[in-house]
Amino acid sequence: MSDYNFAYLDEQTKRMIRRALLKAVAVPGYQVPFASREMPMPYGWGTGGVQVTAACLTPEDTLKVIDQGADDTTNAVSIRKFFQRTAGVAVTERTSEASVIQTRHRIPETPLTEGQILVYQVPIPEPLRFLEPRETETRRMHALEEYGLMHVKLYEDIAKNGAIATSYAYPVKVEGRYVMDPSPIPKFDNPKLSGTPALQLFGAGREQRIYAIPPHTQVISLDFEDYPFEATKAPHPCDLCGDDGSYLDEVITDDAGGRMFVCSDTDHCESRRAAGHRGRMSPKENAA
Amino acid sequence: MSDTPLLTVEGITKTYGGRIGCAVVAFDLWPGEVMGIVGESGSGKSTLLGCLAGHLSPDAGRVVFDTRADGPRDVLAMSEPERRMLGRTDWAFVHQNPRDGLRMGVSAGGNVGERLMAVGARHYGQIRDQALDWLDRVEIAGDRIDDRPRQFSGGMQQRLQIARNLVNGPRLVFMDEPTGGLDVSVQARLLDLLRGLVRQMGLSAVIVTHDLAVVRLLADRLMVMKGGHVVEQGLTDQVLDDPQHAYTQLLVSSVLQV
Repeated sequence: MSDYNFAYLDEQTKRMIRRALLKAVAVPGYQVPFASREMPMPYGWGTGGVQVTAACLTPEDTLKVIDQGADDTTNAVSIRKFFQRTAGVAVTERTSEASVIQTRHRIPETPLTEGQILVYQVPIPEPLRFLEPRETETRRMHALEEYGLMHVKLYEDIAKNGAIATSYAYPVKVEGRYVMDPSPIPKFDNPKLSGTPALQLFGAGREQRIYAIPPHTQVISLDFEDYPFEATKAPHPCDLCGDDGSYLDEVITDDAGGRMFVCSDTDHCESRRAAGHRGRMSPKENAA
Repeated sequence: MSDTPLLTVEGITKTYGGRIGCAVVAFDLWPGEVMGIVGESGSGKSTLLGCLAGHLSPDAGRVVFDTRADGPRDVLAMSEPERRMLGRTDWAFVHQNPRDGLRMGVSAGGNVGERLMAVGARHYGQIRDQALDWLDRVEIAGDRIDDRPRQFSGGMQQRLQIARNLVNGPRLVFMDEPTGGLDVSVQARLLDLLRGLVRQMGLSAVIVTHDLAVVRLLADRLMVMKGGHVVEQGLTDQVLDDPQHAYTQLLVSSVLQV
């Protein structure tokens, strides 16, 4: 252990965050203001998510941290180390073994189960922000359920691009009431928000907001009758594990147009490869 | 014609500290009628319009609107959701400066469609068709539908603002100097357009202006304000051709003849 209080934050702060979390769970999709603390990392690196995770962690928890689906990128590694050091909790890369998962911009491919908590890092919690810059006005619009403006954004998308071109941070309506920004997850992940048995918590540190989707909550992606919502992904199978149903990253491999598509969820990809699945660019099996 | 006025205004008073914004203004507006409010700068006409449209809260008085569902109701006593709903459906507000009434970052089609989407339209094709229809009615070419208002001239912006406000068939339109800041030929076309739309849709309107030509063309009745008080009201041509109050006489005689 270290000289830090368990999970870095002091107990009064965690208590304050838990209060906000309880309120957020009670009013699904509603943005609850909270007194966000300075964290030992820059804004935009997941200060909101880290505070929510710190408030949820118990010594018995197993933590998984992912960044764009990957367990091994800077953001994921540093946050995982942070909690290993300040909370001494067990960590894992396996989605199914984790009890708390902090994520940046993805939902794991492995379906979440009851008792798991998924914590999102949120840059801008207000879905109406780019259409209506006044906070007083957006809060009033949420209060009075005036969400016509959200459709103006989708209208503009279709008018400009012929289809709803918003591909991440795609606005959703939670339990028929609040319109919510699901954080910049690809819209491919939107259907996974709905009806999940896990608890989903969203923390925005700089903007000082917490919101939540309780388990088994209905979450609907906004759309038009003649332009329905579509969960899109690159139309390829994974080049390493051959899965054609998972969300893919495009990786440029040389300067001659070479590219490969790989699962963005590293845990999903690795467990498939361990189970013997192979993709187009998998290394050849060693004959020896 | 129905026997209840669309809008009944009783004793509207608004003071800014010790200064009078407007004092004890009362009038009835009947369905299909256009009421003009004229006066010099600072006479309280914009304050009055703001009070009527719910942008300002008056210190005293009542604004009773004949709602579709529940008949006459005091707008000022309504809850905020109801008042804002009214603002999106039966009421419309045309600002003097189109930049206040339009979303400058959103295309013309999106601007016109916003009120439709605000009351629940969720079919892109139908919203776009209606937007095209309205752009045509306000004489904006259909191929400008995806351009932003920034790319429009001042007169076009003002016509776009009118289309945006009238698209879902409001019954009462508030206009604050709708022709302010436009040159005379554009003004004339806009007035022509407004007159056509008002007659065609059977709109009631309250028009605030300092331009007597505008009220001469559009308004059935006229109210002259000075220092927050109504000094004279009556039929438009009666007031303009035979002004009784000294201030109205001054106002009418100060119009330049060309």
